[in-house]
Amino acid sequence: MMDAHLVLQILVAAIAAGTPFVYAALGELVTEKSGVLNLGVEGMMLVGAITGFIAMAKTNSLALAVLAGMGSGAAMAALFGVLTLTLMANQVASGLALTIFGVGLSAFLGLNYTNIALPGVPELHIPLLSDIPVLGPLFFSHDILVYGSIALFVAVSWFLYRTRPGLILRGIGEAPRSAHALGYNVILIRYLAVLFGGAMAGMGGVYLSVAYTPMWVEGMVAGRGWVSLALVVFATWRPARVMAGAYLFGGITIAQFHVQGLGIEIPSQLLSMLPYIATIIVLVFISRDQNTIRLNSPASLGMTYHPENQ
Amino acid sequence: MRSRKSILTLLISLACVAGLVLTAQAADKLKVGFVYISPIGDAGWTHQHDLGRQAMEKNLAGKVETKYIENVPEGPEAERVIRDLAKSGYDLIFTTSFGYMNPTLKVAKMFPKKYFEHATGYKLAKNVGTYMCRFYEGRYLSGIIAGSMTKSNTLGYVAAFPIPEVIRGINAFTLGARSVNPKAEVKVIWVNSWFDPGKEREATEALISQGADVVTHHTDSTAPVLTAEEKGKYAIAYHSDMSKYGPKAQLTAVMHLYDKFYTKTAQAVLDHTWKPEAVWTGIKEGSIKLAPINPVVPKDVIAKVDQARQGIIDGTFHPFQGPIKDQSGKEVVAAGKHLSDKELLGMNYYVEGVLGSVPK
Amino acid sequence: MFVKIEPRPEPSRVMRYCSPLLAALLMLISGLVIFTLLGKDPGQAFYAFFVEPVNDLYGIGELFIKAAPLMLIGTGLAIGFRASIWNIGAEGQLTLGAICGGCVAIYFQHSDGWYVLPLMMLAGAAGGTFWAAIPAWLRTRFNANEILVSLMLNYVAILLLALLVHGPLRDPNGYGFPQSILFSDSAILPILFEGTRLHAGVLIALAGVFIGWILLEKSFIGYQIQVAGLARKAASYAGFKYTKLIWIGMLAGGLAAGIAGVVEISGPIGQLIDSISPGYGYAAIIVAFVGRLHPGGIFLSSLLMALLYLGGESGQMNLDLPSAVTGIFQGLLLFYLLAADFLIDYRLRWARPAREVA
Repeated sequence: MMDAHLVLQILVAAIAAGTPFVYAALGELVTEKSGVLNLGVEGMMLVGAITGFIAMAKTNSLALAVLAGMGSGAAMAALFGVLTLTLMANQVASGLALTIFGVGLSAFLGLNYTNIALPGVPELHIPLLSDIPVLGPLFFSHDILVYGSIALFVAVSWFLYRTRPGLILRGIGEAPRSAHALGYNVILIRYLAVLFGGAMAGMGGVYLSVAYTPMWVEGMVAGRGWVSLALVVFATWRPARVMAGAYLFGGITIAQFHVQGLGIEIPSQLLSMLPYIATIIVLVFISRDQNTIRLNSPASLGMTYHPENQ
Repeated sequence: MRSRKSILTLLISLACVAGLVLTAQAADKLKVGFVYISPIGDAGWTHQHDLGRQAMEKNLAGKVETKYIENVPEGPEAERVIRDLAKSGYDLIFTTSFGYMNPTLKVAKMFPKKYFEHATGYKLAKNVGTYMCRFYEGRYLSGIIAGSMTKSNTLGYVAAFPIPEVIRGINAFTLGARSVNPKAEVKVIWVNSWFDPGKEREATEALISQGADVVTHHTDSTAPVLTAEEKGKYAIAYHSDMSKYGPKAQLTAVMHLYDKFYTKTAQAVLDHTWKPEAVWTGIKEGSIKLAPINPVVPKDVIAKVDQARQGIIDGTFHPFQGPIKDQSGKEVVAAGKHLSDKELLGMNYYVEGVLGSVPK
Repeated sequence: MFVKIEPRPEPSRVMRYCSPLLAALLMLISGLVIFTLLGKDPGQAFYAFFVEPVNDLYGIGELFIKAAPLMLIGTGLAIGFRASIWNIGAEGQLTLGAICGGCVAIYFQHSDGWYVLPLMMLAGAAGGTFWAAIPAWLRTRFNANEILVSLMLNYVAILLLALLVHGPLRDPNGYGFPQSILFSDSAILPILFEGTRLHAGVLIALAGVFIGWILLEKSFIGYQIQVAGLARKAASYAGFKYTKLIWIGMLAGGLAAGIAGVVEISGPIGQLIDSISPGYGYAAIIVAFVGRLHPGGIFLSSLLMALLYLGGESGQMNLDLPSAVTGIFQGLLLFYLLAADFLIDYRLRWARPAREVA
């Protein structure tokens, strides 16, 4: 049964399953590159998911659903931003509070929408390209949100590594005081990075509730926000590695079912553990050498910036 | 003066009596509580229980007052909720999930004058009864349809937990399918959750990509039916009629109906004739019904379903009647015999035709 | 006229005590607003949420049952948090504690001895400590960020519990459901007061808070932790080894969480099932912060958090309020606290913009 056709189907499904990770992790990557650790990804994804779902259910417009999800994710991130950037609160505690609040808020908003099914987002059919055997279904027959995530990857990579604002953002993540001395508004740029991260987390949630499942269930993000946080570390803060890791993690989540169907007897829980254990291993590898970690992670990540201590 | 006073007294006494009678009537209203494991939603296990509750309320209008609490997790939280219901004057409480068994028994001990009914459980007490539907009867009938409609001879089953109730359903479905199509095989994927649309969808997709062209499920959301509709395959829904979600895909649904049981039980409490029993009812008593069959199913298949159904109702046919072989080929039920209720309740093996093995 | 943010010359002692109260007050006010927006009578809703759950002995017992794991874990976590050691893995550590304690209970299911419960507690403590030792070791040896490692291990622990409860630890007579045997009486915590579910685990939690207080406020280690949290360099000049503090900080949280896990399964739950905690490990973090990382404050904030949990259920029962409201309140409480804490180190000043001199 393990023929090429099945492998292809698994790969296609892995790309779809990995897409929420792509959105959320790339957003968090930008946030962390500026030096801010936002642990609230799970909460932001959930709120994005429910607002996008409600928008879609009420207006049947994907564009509005996307806007709603991004907007609400950014709004949640703004709360976090005020706490950590203006009121200089502890980033870890604030992020956790955001998650817990987001879980409760999304469940609350979604009360009347449980177990309602939406029509979903159709797969794009690109003439000629979609019909190529193998490559067609693999690359050219996904829905528009999947392609959006790939566009996001291109945009983020280009922004961070090929533009001046991107360089400034990375500089702020490495050495905020020096950046301040050079005249850059550290707090403002971090705000923008945090808001962007929230909007993208919201996007990841919208994809789940409007395209992937497409239903709303309390807590449906089911830990993907935490996995996205892990993914950023796993990818050593590089966008291309985030993409690869996202599809890998997505593949693992669906692999457990295929493995069962094929009669291979590995407990599904073991398979589900793999992304987390893999992340720990990578983290250890990149952290043990001072130089490796310095090269790869933003130096000021998680540290509260006090503007008056110049 | 005197007569006015006595008229006044008479009027006041009449008012008191009227008030007493009214409050007595209000006090006579039976308060019935329901504890649900998941949200009521549009379809699924809890939705069917709630339909039963609403029917009971309508049938016994004026005599009962109901309340439900949804999304109650199994464990200590359940105990608190059940106890709160009992404390607040609910005299008949239905706890609708297997995992509520121990909490129900604990609270029942604390409130010996109240009545408790535990769905799908197996422990009775002086004031605790259990109830369950013979889902497997509907499963068998749906298997006939699935076995007839499959072209790939692979049927997919998205299942929650490997408990006897679920295994029984898988076996009945398989037996029904192979009674019309001996080449049909059933592939099972366990999602380890009663309600997880994301996982249910992924499992359904995996089954379809591995060749299944008819899928069914023993989980609580509409995801399997939705996925089948999207992929152009067939589906057999469970718990509720889900044709709204899969108009082309749904061949039929194995529906759970609780209206008769809930009405009967509440009436028994009102009449003071309630007894703790292990109630197990099926098609004959109206607890299980097939949803209207999709018109694409040929008439001769429908005839076979009707024939089997009639046999179940008049007792001449039992879905688990012999000869039945298990996966190793050993005969577990001889011709002319059928499995007893006790054997059904403890079922932990697959029959021939199910692929894979029961998770240990 | 605009508002200027000014650092205080020294942290305000008044605000240090007032900020949790201010946060709680703001949360209550928000609650009244939320209730009104939901179309409920605010007074009635307030009563149902905050008063009704504890207006009888049983309710007070329930409050302490819910608060016990929170105060115990919160105290353990506070020990690490004071030194800026962020153990986010309490949820996983309590799960490991439950697994180890549960294994002991299952192993001794046929015995009647007094030793079963203490052995379970030891096993649980060991399990939780072990699970916290992993991030501690990875941090001290490889400099791996303990926030992320402990977080990832939460998920591994929960999956491990599910794996065991579906397989090796499953009750053979349980019809295949993912649960262990019901623990025998020797493995169940005794009830303290008739008519409640109040069990001895509450005493263990209180003892834990007390021990934590002694450690933090009265011992030299506590002093070292405090200094390390405030000024890392000063601590190392004074000769306090930071690696030692990392170990103590992480293991304290793990130990406390492990014991809390055993208390849960040998108390209200009475067996091993696949979900033994409604997020106590994460809620305890909030409890620790709202309690200002001080055992006394943690005791009080754990009661408040427990009330929020109970209120959510009571609200559902009596007012048709959705249970999701609890999470909203908990998040708001921490938000307000973090915001109010700002006023400890900073103050707001009204200032006039500078005028142009003509």
